[in-house]
Amino acid sequence: MINVTLLLIPALPLLGFIILGLGYRSIPKKLASLIGPGTILISFILSLVTLFSFRLSPFAFRFFDWISLGPVSIPFEFLIDPLSILMMLIITGVGFLIHVYSIGYMSHDKGFNRFFAYMNLFIFFMLILVMSANYAVMFIGWEGVGLCSYLLIGFWFKNQQFNNAAKKAFIMNRIGDLGFLLGMFLIFTTFRSFSYQAVFALAKTMSPGSETMVAITLLLFVGAVGKSAQIPLYTWLPDAMAGPTPVSALIHAATMVTAGVYMVARSGVLYVLAPVTMEVMGITALATMLLAATIAIFQNDIKKVLAYSTISQLGYMFLALSVGAFTGAMFHLMTHAFFKALLFLGAGSVIHALEGEQDIRKMGGLKNALPKTYWTFLVGTLAIAGLPPLSGFFSKDEILGNVFGSSLPLWVVAVGVSMMTAFYMFRLLFLTFAGKNRGSDPQSLKIHESPSVMTIPLFILAILAFFGGFLNIPEIMGGSGMLKEFLAPVFADAVRLNQLQPHHVAARLEWSNMVVVLLLVLLMVYVAYRRFVKREPETVFGEAKMSTQMNIEIGANNRNFFIRLIENKFYVDEVYDYLFVRPALRISDALHKFIEERFIDRIVNGTGTLVVRFSNGIRYLQSGHVGMYLFFMILGILLILFINIFL
Amino acid sequence: MLTFILIFLPLLAATGLFFVKEEKWARNLAFAMALVEFGISIAALVQYFLYCHCHLLFRLDWLASYGISLKFGIDGLSMLMVLLTTFLVPIIIYTTFGQKIDRTASFYSLIFLMQAGLMGVFTAFDGMVFYIFWELALIPAYFIAAFWGGKDRIRITFKFFAYTFSGSLLMLVAIIFLYFRTPLPHLFDHIWLYASNLTPGEQIWVFLAFFIAFAIKVPIFPFHTWQPDTYVTAPYPGSMLLGGLMSKMGLFGMIRWMIPITYSVLNTTNGLFIILPVTGIVYASLIAIRQDDLKRLIAYSSIAHLGLVAAGIMVLNAQAMQGAMIQMVSHGINIVGLFIIIQYIETRTKTTSISELGGIAIKAPRLAAFFMIILLGSIALPLTNGFVGEFLILLGIFKYNMVFAAVAGLTIIFSAVYMLWMYQRVMLGNTNAVTEQVSDLSWKEMIPLIAIVIMVFWIGIFPGMFMKMAENGVGQIIGIIK
Amino acid sequence: MNTLTTIPINHYLIFCSMLFSIGVIGVLIKRNALVILMSVELMINSVNLLLAAFSAYSNDPAGQIFVFFIMVVAAAEVAIGLAIFVLIYKTTHSIDIDVLNKLKW
Repeated sequence: MINVTLLLIPALPLLGFIILGLGYRSIPKKLASLIGPGTILISFILSLVTLFSFRLSPFAFRFFDWISLGPVSIPFEFLIDPLSILMMLIITGVGFLIHVYSIGYMSHDKGFNRFFAYMNLFIFFMLILVMSANYAVMFIGWEGVGLCSYLLIGFWFKNQQFNNAAKKAFIMNRIGDLGFLLGMFLIFTTFRSFSYQAVFALAKTMSPGSETMVAITLLLFVGAVGKSAQIPLYTWLPDAMAGPTPVSALIHAATMVTAGVYMVARSGVLYVLAPVTMEVMGITALATMLLAATIAIFQNDIKKVLAYSTISQLGYMFLALSVGAFTGAMFHLMTHAFFKALLFLGAGSVIHALEGEQDIRKMGGLKNALPKTYWTFLVGTLAIAGLPPLSGFFSKDEILGNVFGSSLPLWVVAVGVSMMTAFYMFRLLFLTFAGKNRGSDPQSLKIHESPSVMTIPLFILAILAFFGGFLNIPEIMGGSGMLKEFLAPVFADAVRLNQLQPHHVAARLEWSNMVVVLLLVLLMVYVAYRRFVKREPETVFGEAKMSTQMNIEIGANNRNFFIRLIENKFYVDEVYDYLFVRPALRISDALHKFIEERFIDRIVNGTGTLVVRFSNGIRYLQSGHVGMYLFFMILGILLILFINIFL
Repeated sequence: MLTFILIFLPLLAATGLFFVKEEKWARNLAFAMALVEFGISIAALVQYFLYCHCHLLFRLDWLASYGISLKFGIDGLSMLMVLLTTFLVPIIIYTTFGQKIDRTASFYSLIFLMQAGLMGVFTAFDGMVFYIFWELALIPAYFIAAFWGGKDRIRITFKFFAYTFSGSLLMLVAIIFLYFRTPLPHLFDHIWLYASNLTPGEQIWVFLAFFIAFAIKVPIFPFHTWQPDTYVTAPYPGSMLLGGLMSKMGLFGMIRWMIPITYSVLNTTNGLFIILPVTGIVYASLIAIRQDDLKRLIAYSSIAHLGLVAAGIMVLNAQAMQGAMIQMVSHGINIVGLFIIIQYIETRTKTTSISELGGIAIKAPRLAAFFMIILLGSIALPLTNGFVGEFLILLGIFKYNMVFAAVAGLTIIFSAVYMLWMYQRVMLGNTNAVTEQVSDLSWKEMIPLIAIVIMVFWIGIFPGMFMKMAENGVGQIIGIIK
Repeated sequence: MNTLTTIPINHYLIFCSMLFSIGVIGVLIKRNALVILMSVELMINSVNLLLAAFSAYSNDPAGQIFVFFIMVVAAAEVAIGLAIFVLIYKTTHSIDIDVLNKLKW
C-alpha cells in the first residue's frame, strides 16, 4: 500500500505534465487550473500520509532495475527517511501554493496549459531528486530540474534575451553536472555502488582525510556550485529572473537551487570525512554570501534583488554545512523556502499590479494600494532579516550559533552579511511600498490589488514564514528542537564523525550573541528607514546619480569607482564573456578555418591531387612514338640478359 | 535460417524493385518489404531470447578451397544492430513518401541493396564475407548520394567513395594477412581469425590497418573530413542511412573484428589511440558551435558523439563497451530523428541555413516539441536513450583514466551549447519572412517521429532488454581480452 | 659434316652477332616502317643461322626443326605487318614512324 503511495507522489505530477502537454491547446483553462495544482495537492497530501506513517527507521523501495549490467546496478529506488520527507513536504507544499498563485498570475497568458505542464514536470523531477535512494537516480532528477528550469526561464520564447538566459542557466548547470558525474564515477570505483545506504555504510569505516574522499566530495560540490549558484557558477541565477515570477519563486528560491544543499546534507558522512572540502565549501560560501549581498544592495530590479538575496542565503546554508550544522542548513532551507517564495510571489503581485514594472526606482507608495501584498511582503522581509519571532530568526540563529562555535572570523563575516541582508531587504520594502509613488501617472491609476487566488497563497506563506520557526526552537530558549530531533537519525553518523566538532558554547554566550546580532540587525533596519523613507528618494537617487556621473570637475574618487563596480555586479559576466565565451567562438572559427580546411583536408585532398599530378606526369610516356617503344623494349631485354648472366 | 532470410530478403527486394515501373507501386512495395524485414527481425529477437541468447547460426560452405564459408549468426551485438537497421529503414522509406523522386524504383532498390549489405556486415562471422558485404554496403551509398544529391555532389561523393574505399582495402589486406596466420587449416572463419598468432610487430600493423579502415568509416578524427560535406550533399534518406547505420558499421567492426584480434596493441600503447577520438569530441563540438548549416552541425555533432563511443570501445572495459553498444543504437535513432526534423524544416522553408530561420516554434509547436525531445536525447538527458549509453561509457573510461573521462565528459557541456544555441536560433524567437508561412506537422508526418520518440524513452527508461543483448554481445569479447 | 666443322663455331657466332646488331641498329635508327620490318627479318634470320650452325655442330636436328618453325612464324608476321602498313599508308600516306604517333596520351 505504501508502495503505491510513494509511486503516486511523483507519478501524479508526471501525469499532469503528460495530460497538459498533450492537450496544450484543447484543455480549457478552468480544467487546467484544476489539473495543474491538483496533482501537486494530492502529492502533498500523500507526503503528509507518508510523514505520519513513518516509523523511525528509513525504508527503501525498489521499483525496478533501471540499469543492471554486471557490477553496475542502478535500481529505480526510493529512500524514505526524515530528510527526504522534509524535502517532499516543502516541494509539494510550497509548490502547491505557487501553482495556485500561478492560476492568477498566468491567467492572461496564452501558454497557460504549457506553463502548468512544465511546472508539473519540474515537481516530478524535483521529487525524484529527493526521494531517490542512490546517486544515479538523484542525477535523473538533478538534470531533469535543470531542463525544466531551461523550459520555464525561456517560457516566453519569443524574446531572445530570455532564451539566452535560459540557455546560460542550462549550460552553467551542466558544467556543474560534469563535476557531479565525475564524483559519481569516483564513488562507484571506490565503493562499488551508487546506493546511499551501501556507500555510507562503507564510508563510515574509512579513515578521515583520504584523498579519494576529498576528490569525491569536491567533485560533488562542483555539481552543487552549479545547481545552487555559488561562486563561480552563480551568474545564471540573476539572469533567470527573465522567467515568470512563479518560476523564480518555485525553482530559483524554494526548490531547485536548494538541491545542492540537499545533496551535500544527504552526503554528510562523506563530507565530514573530508575536512579539506568542508573548508573549501566554507570559504566559497562565505565569499558568495558577501559578494551577493554587496551586489544586492545596489540592484534596482525587484526580482534581481531577491535573486542575489537567494544566492546569499544559499551561501548561508552552505556555510552551515561546512561547519557540520546539517540540521541548521536544512532548517534554513525550509524557512528560506517559505519566506523567499513569499517575497517572490509578493514581488509578482507588485509587478502584476504595475502591469510589468520591475524597477523599484519607479515604485513607491504601494502600501495603501496593495495592502495584502504589503503586509505579507513585510512578514517576508522581517523573516529574512532574522527578526524574532519569525522563522528566519530561529534558522539564522541556529546557523550563526554553530558557526560561532567553529570559527570567530567566519561568524563575524556571517553577521556582517546578516546586517547587509536586513539593509537591502528593507531598502527593497521601503522603496517599493513606502513613500510616494514615483511611477508614471497612467501606471498609478491602474494599480489594483491582486485577486484572491494570488493573495491567499501569500497569506498561507506568510503564516508559515511567521510561525515556521517554532518547529525548531533551540533548547536554550526552552524549546524542544522538533526538527532537529526529527532529522537527527539521518545526520547521526555525520555528526559523530565530524572532525571539525564545534566547541561547545556556553548558554550565556549564545544568548549574548543572539542579542548582539539582533541589535545590529535592528540598527540596519533603522539606517534603511532613515535613508529610504525619511529622506526624499530623489536625493537618494540624486546622490547615486551624481556619483555615477563622471564628475569631471571634482574628479572620480574611489567611492565612485567602487559603487560603479558593484552596480555592475563586479563585471563578472563580462569577465566570463571575455575569458570563456569569446575565446571558445574564436577557437571554433580557428579550428574550422585552419585545421579543418587548411590542414587535414589539404592532406586528404592533397593525396588525390598528388595522384592526379603523378598520372599527368606519367602519361607522357605514352608518346605514341613507336621508335621510343622499340628502344625501351630493347633496353628491357638487354637488362634482363645482363641480370641473368651477371647476377 | 532466419538470418539467411534477413540478408537475402533485401537483396530480393532490391532486384525486384528494379523491374517495377510505376512510382506508387514502387513506394508501397518498398515500404511493405521494409516492414516485413522488420517483422522478421522481431521474430529473430523472440527466437534469440527464447533459446537463451544462442547464436542463430547459419553456415554454408562457399569457396572451401580458400577457406571462405557463408557463415552468419546473431549474437547480442548483432541483434542490436540488426534491430536498429530494420527499425530505421522503414522509417527512412516512409519519410520519402511526400516527395517527388526521379527514378523512384532504382532509389528504393539501392536502399535495399544497402540494407542487405548492412545486414551482412552485422551478421557475418566469416572474415571474407564480412569484407564483401562491407563493400556491398558502400556502393549503393555512393550512388544514392551521387544521383539524388545536392550541390557539388559528384566531387564530394567521389571523395567519400575513394577515401572510404582505400580504408577498406587496408582492411582487406589485414584480413588476408590474418588468414595466413590462422592455425591450420587456414580459414576465414571468425574463430580461426581470433586464434591467429601474430608477433607483436605484426599485431601493430594489423591493428593500424583495421583501425584506419574503421576510423574512416565512423568517422573518427582526423579521418573525418569526408563526412560533413557528404552529409550535406546527400539526399535526406542518404544522410540518414549514412549517419544512422553506416557509421555504426565502423564501430561494429571495431568490436567484432579489431578488438578481439589486436587488443594487446591498445594495452601496450597506453591510451595513445584513445586520444584521437577524445580529441575529436572536443574538436568537432567546438566546430559545431559555429556552423550555419543545420546538416553540417549535425554532422559534426555526430563525429563528437561517435568519438565518445569509439573511445568507449577502445578502453577495453565491460561497462564502456556495453555503453558503447547501447549508444550506437541510441545515436542511430537520434540522428535519424534529427534529420527527419531538418527535412521537415527544409520542405517548409526551403533552407537549412540557421541564420535565415527563426521562430518556427510559434507556427509549428508540435514540430518544436518533437525536436526538443530528440534534441534532449542527443544531449543525453537522463531518462532518454542517449543518457544510458553515455553514462556507461564515461564510467568505463573513468575506470581506465580519470583525465580522459573528464575531457570526454566535456561533451555533455558542449553538446548542450551547440544544440541549444541552434534550437534557439531556429525554433525560438520571432518569425521572419522565411518562416512566416510555416505549417505545423500533419498526422502523417508525425508517425516516424512518434516511433523515434517512443524508442528514445523506451531505451532511456527501460533499457533492460537492450542491456541484456549488449551484455551478451560484450561477454564473449571481454572473455577473450581477459 | 667435315666441311662444316672446318669453320670454327666462333666464326658463326661472331657473324650472327654482327648481323643481329645490324638488325637492332636498323630497328632503332630507321624511320621507314618497312625498313624496320626488314631489320627485324634480319635479326630473325641471324638467329636462324646460328640455330642451324649449332644444330650441325652438335649433331642435334632439333635446332634445324626449330628454324623451320621460326621461318613460318616470321612469314606470318611479315604478312600481317605488311598488311597493316599498307592500310596505314592508304589512310595517312606515310609510313614514317616519327609521323605515325597518334596512339598517345
